[in-house]
Amino acid sequence: MDFLLSFLNSMPGAVGQGLAWGVMAIGVYITYRILDVADLTVDGSLATGGAVCALLISMGANPWLAMLTALLAGMLAGLATGLFHTVCGIPAILSGILTQLALYSINLRIMAIGDESAKTKNSLAISVDRHDLLVSSRNIRKLTPENPILLLVVLVVVVIAVLYWFFGTEQGSALRATGSNGNMARAQGINTNVSKVLGLVVSNGLVALAGALLAQYQGSATVDMGRGAIVIGLAAVIIGEVLLSGVFRNFALKLLACVIGAIIYYGVITLVLRLGLETTDLKLLTALVVAVFLTIPYWKGRYFSKAVKPAKKEESAHA
Amino acid sequence: MLDVKNIYKTFNPGTVNEKTALRGVSLTLNDGDFVTVIGGNGAGKSTLLNAVAGVWPVDEGCISIGGVDVTKLPEHKRAKYIGRVFQDPMMGTAATMQIEENMALAARRGRVRTLRPGITRDERDHYREMLKILDLGLEDRLTSKVGLLSGGQRQALTLLMAALRKPDLLLLDEHTAALDPKTAAKVLDATERIVQKDRLTTLMITHNMKDAIAHGNRLIMMYEGNIALDISGEEKKKLTVEDLLAKFGQATGSDEADDKLLLS
Repeated sequence: MDFLLSFLNSMPGAVGQGLAWGVMAIGVYITYRILDVADLTVDGSLATGGAVCALLISMGANPWLAMLTALLAGMLAGLATGLFHTVCGIPAILSGILTQLALYSINLRIMAIGDESAKTKNSLAISVDRHDLLVSSRNIRKLTPENPILLLVVLVVVVIAVLYWFFGTEQGSALRATGSNGNMARAQGINTNVSKVLGLVVSNGLVALAGALLAQYQGSATVDMGRGAIVIGLAAVIIGEVLLSGVFRNFALKLLACVIGAIIYYGVITLVLRLGLETTDLKLLTALVVAVFLTIPYWKGRYFSKAVKPAKKEESAHA
Repeated sequence: MLDVKNIYKTFNPGTVNEKTALRGVSLTLNDGDFVTVIGGNGAGKSTLLNAVAGVWPVDEGCISIGGVDVTKLPEHKRAKYIGRVFQDPMMGTAATMQIEENMALAARRGRVRTLRPGITRDERDHYREMLKILDLGLEDRLTSKVGLLSGGQRQALTLLMAALRKPDLLLLDEHTAALDPKTAAKVLDATERIVQKDRLTTLMITHNMKDAIAHGNRLIMMYEGNIALDISGEEKKKLTVEDLLAKFGQATGSDEADDKLLLS
C-alpha cells in the first residue's frame, strides 16, 4: 500500500516529464516515420535547446523569447545535418552523428557565454526562485495555473495543431511524399533534397524546444541532457504506435500517440525506479524497451503473417 | 516536341563494370507522336528514357523538350514537362498516402509547392470522375492508402497521375511488364485511351513486339545503345512481327532479335 501510494504520488512528475519529452518524440516522429531517416542530431540539439534557453533566462530574458531562440537554434542544427546529407552527400545517420558531435563542443561554449571566469561550462542552473520560468517541477503538485502540466498540455496541443496544418499543405504533402517514395516525389517535380532539409529543420526545432522545456522543468541545462535522447524519443514513438495505432488513424492523433507514448514511458521508468533500480540503469532499460518494441512488429510480420494471402486474393479480384 | 541530339552515357567508367549504354542516340518526336520502343535486354531502352527524364546527367549531347533545353536540369525540374510510369508498380505512387493525396501531388507537378492546402474539395470531385475512366472501382476508395492496391491498380493510378496535368511528354517504361497478361491488357487499354484523349506525345518501351506494332504511329528498335530501326506512317501500319525481324536483321547484320525478342 505504501509502495502504491508513493508510486501514485510520483505520477504527476512522470506526466510532466512525459509531456516535455512528448514534444521531443513528435520531432523524432517527423524524421523517423514521415521522412524515413534515423536522425541522431537530436542528442545534441536537445542539449542545445536547453543550453540556449537556460543561458537567456539566466541573463534575464523573457522565457518565451528564450524558448523561441532555443527553437531557432535547434532548427539551425537540423539545417546543418540536412546540408551535410544533401549538399555533401553524407549518409543521413552519419550526418546526424557529425552534427551531434559538433554540438557537444558548441553547447559547452554556449553555456559559458557572458561568464568571464570560464570559457566552457558543462551545466547551467536556473532557479524558479530567482528566474522567471514557465514550467518548473517545483510546482508539479500545486493546484494553481503555475502547475507545469497545464502549460505543457497547451504547448503540446499547439504543436500538434500547427503540424497537422503544415503536413496538410502542399509543401507538407511534398515532405510526406519524399519520405514515402523519393522516386515518385521527384517524378512529380518535388525537390526531395529541399524536403529532407526542411523535415530535419522542423524536427530539430521541436527537439530543441523540448530541451528548453526540460531545462526549465529540471532547473538546469547540462551538456549531457541529450545523451540517449534519440532512444527515448524512439521509445515514445514506438510505444505509442504499438499501443494506439489500432485506434488512432488520424494524423493529429498519431502525433498525440507519441506524447502518450512518452508519458507511458516515464510512468514505467518511475515504477521501476520505485522498485529499486538505479537511475544509471535506465539507459540499459530504455535500450531494451526499444529493442523489444521494434522486434514485435518484425516478428509478427515474419512468423505470424496471415495478411499476405488475402492481399493476393484482392489483387486477382480487382485486377 | 522532344529533341534528343547525339547523347552518350557510360556507367561505371574506368571500372570492370564499365558499360556504355547509349552511343550517340538522336531522336526527334513531333507533337502528338506515339512512339513505341523495342529492343533486347541492355539495348539502351530504359537508359534512353532515364536520360530524357533526367535521372542522371548524360555524358555528351543535348536534350530539349518543347524547345526548352533541359540537358542540365535536374530530375525534379524536368518533371514540369514530363509524366512518367515506371516498370515497377511500387515506384510511381506513394504507398503510405491516400489515393486522392497521390493525385493531388501529381496535379501540382511542375508548380511551386506553397502553404496552401494540399488538396481541396473541388479536386476530390474531379479525381473521383477521373478514376471512373479506369473502371477499377477506385472512385469509391479515394481515401484508401495506395499501399492497399494491387500492382495493376497502382500502375493504372500512376498512369492517370502522369497525365493529370497534361505533360509535354509521356514516358512509359515497360509499364505493363510486371503485370499478369489480363491486367497488362487492361492497363495498355487505358494507356491508349489516355494518350488519344489529349493527343499526348508519348515514348513507350515494351518487351512485346505485338504491342509495339499494335500501338502508336511510330516504332523504334534499339540495338547496342543506338536506334537500329525507325518505322512510321503507312509502313508502321502494315508492319508484322516477321517484317520487323527481317528489317532488324538487315539493319544490324544480326539475328539476335530472334533469340532475344521472340522469347520474351
